[in-house]
Amino acid sequence: MLEIKNLHVKLEDEDKEILRGVNLTVGEGEVHAIMGPNGSGKSTTSYVLSGRDGYEVTAGSATLDGEDLLDLDPEERAALGMFLAFQYPVEIPGVGNMTFLRTAVNSQRKARGQEELSAGEFLKEVRAIAKDLKIDPEMLKRPVNVGFSGGEKKRNEILQMAMLAPKMCVLDETDSGLDVDAMKLVSEGVNALRDGKRSFLVITHYQRLLDHIKPDVVHIMYNGKIIKSGGPELALEVENNGYGDLLAEAD
Amino acid sequence: MALALETDALLADRLAGLEAVAKGATQAARRSAAARVADMGLPTRRDEYWKFTRPDALTVAEPAAAGALNLDESPFDAANPLTLVFRDGMFDAEASDALEGENLTIDLLSAAADIHWAGEIYGTLETAGQTPVARPLAALNTALATEGVLIHAKGKVERPVLIRYIAGEADVILHHVVKVDEGASLTLLETGTPGTRSNTALEVDVAKEGAFDHIRTQGRDHERGLLSHTFARMQDDAEFKSFMLTANGTLTRNECVIEILGDNISAHVGGAAIGDGKDFHHDDTVFITHDAVHCESRQVFKKVLRNGATGVFQGKILVKPDAQKTDGYQISQSLLLDEDSQFYAKPELEIYADDVACSHGSTTGAIDETALFYLRSRGIERREAQELLVLAFLAEALDEIADDDLRAAVQDQLEFWLRNLKG
Ligand SMILES: Nc1ncnc2c1ncn2[C@@H]1O[C@H](COP(=O)(O)OP(=O)(O)OP(=O)(O)O)[C@@H](O)[C@H]1O
Ligand SMILES: [Mg+2]
Repeated sequence: MLEIKNLHVKLEDEDKEILRGVNLTVGEGEVHAIMGPNGSGKSTTSYVLSGRDGYEVTAGSATLDGEDLLDLDPEERAALGMFLAFQYPVEIPGVGNMTFLRTAVNSQRKARGQEELSAGEFLKEVRAIAKDLKIDPEMLKRPVNVGFSGGEKKRNEILQMAMLAPKMCVLDETDSGLDVDAMKLVSEGVNALRDGKRSFLVITHYQRLLDHIKPDVVHIMYNGKIIKSGGPELALEVENNGYGDLLAEAD
Repeated sequence: MALALETDALLADRLAGLEAVAKGATQAARRSAAARVADMGLPTRRDEYWKFTRPDALTVAEPAAAGALNLDESPFDAANPLTLVFRDGMFDAEASDALEGENLTIDLLSAAADIHWAGEIYGTLETAGQTPVARPLAALNTALATEGVLIHAKGKVERPVLIRYIAGEADVILHHVVKVDEGASLTLLETGTPGTRSNTALEVDVAKEGAFDHIRTQGRDHERGLLSHTFARMQDDAEFKSFMLTANGTLTRNECVIEILGDNISAHVGGAAIGDGKDFHHDDTVFITHDAVHCESRQVFKKVLRNGATGVFQGKILVKPDAQKTDGYQISQSLLLDEDSQFYAKPELEIYADDVACSHGSTTGAIDETALFYLRSRGIERREAQELLVLAFLAEALDEIADDDLRAAVQDQLEFWLRNLKG
């Protein structure tokens, strides 16, 4: 599914290397978690995978089902099945949430040579998913993320993910800002999408989320590299002992 | 008839010839306007309100040539308007509906009787609008206009009136007069480009509790130049709304001069413009005078500019000493899609009353890259994502159109033009 090899990334405008040789392979249907101290490069990894401007790849590669991602526009990556749930979802005044969602769904369908969803089909699907995620239908009418609470924004990300049904879901701190019940809802939303084929890369600071979304592999990122990978017990170790020993080992 | 003249000698000549054409109810107004033009002279780059827009194209003897494109369809079909067609500045009776409707009378300027209600308005509002800022080309219009419609709303006019312009190769001067009686209302729509080069004037007199709603769309006939003047005078509890949608145009200048003379009046003017290319120039020049208590005025103008296009906004709110409790709002914003495009704004507040709430703001910004990335990361192509953001930016201006159906019609027109800019 997703294969990142020796990925080196620097800022476009500055001589600052942020990723220093990331290696990571997420197989079909697998759930991987990335943990790591602030500023270690987790969000940067997710941005580079989805094609945000401002970064320069100096070495390495990233492929999705064998297709080179790094040369593609963000929308082409999305059409291939790449999805990023943003750490900080973006507010877009003046663009209705529904218009946004429908344009996104139909753009991807068009890119894949599928027919557009009719207004009726689309509405039915959005309503059902929104209900599962306990998203107030009124929120769908508002401009994208404008005036949404932190937790509402995160739920809106999962709503988009469910509508777009991507192959590879990258979730960047989707748990931060969620209350206990919302965390459960969002996890259920994610788990409902686990079908043995779809893969997940879950960036988080907390073991708690991983109780709900059980990862196959846990990676620790530090200073632009994966410094250790292991099973779910690695997340427990971080939760109990912090990063101290792991980082000391790496340094 | 040439729109305006190169030299003062030529101008004097033309104005002397006026005696022959000036007849009927507007005769006195035309003579006095001619004298005023001779007195003021034509505008030049040195005039305060012509710094950002060159008047030359409007004042040289011959207009630049323009292809007869007439790409503007009317977006207002669904409103089933009473339609008046002007072709090359002349009324096309065959293509138009009959000049009659419920609660209103419509006459042509060229056919107005010697004694006509419009005689009291024609040129009067324009004259008042010359102080404190001289507008010679408006006076020129009053002096030389060859045609126009005179609409008298005597009650609530349900069916909108549409003036549809079709342009060939002509220099066009039109002068419309609207009178809205006490408690009456009228919606006036305009679409298309009157001529190769046009100078239009619209004088609107709204009596107590009257309401006037005006929307104009003008789009893809890029080569054409237009100077439009809107003059409005209002009495107690009246409402005035005017909105202009513009796409393309090498030179468009919309001047709007509003005098608020009665209490509890609301006057809203707004516009959205999209321009592409170095030869696009769009100018909104607004002057609103508050001279009564408890009145509200709004100016909301937005422009999207790319590939070297130029936008201008000059908006003034003047609050006279007795105009207490005035609520004046003004915003002008531009979205520049590249670094070659430019926006000049001259927002002005001049306030002599102490109990007022007036605000103005002007911004120039680029597309929000973070929002653009967010949209694209969901699979929306760059071009379409940008279009969504452009429409979002213009939405606040379109919201000034109160009627849902008319707003939807203008929105559709805008979306169509966005996708088909430049012919
Ligand atoms: N556009 C940028 N300009 C300047 N510095 C940047 C930029 N993007 C990332 N960085 C820097 O790169 C490093 C990695 O940032 P990143 O956001 O990837 O960290 P993170 O692991 O997601 O951290 P957190 O856990 O706090 O979210 C940080 O030091 C950050 O300041
Ligand atoms: Mg981060």
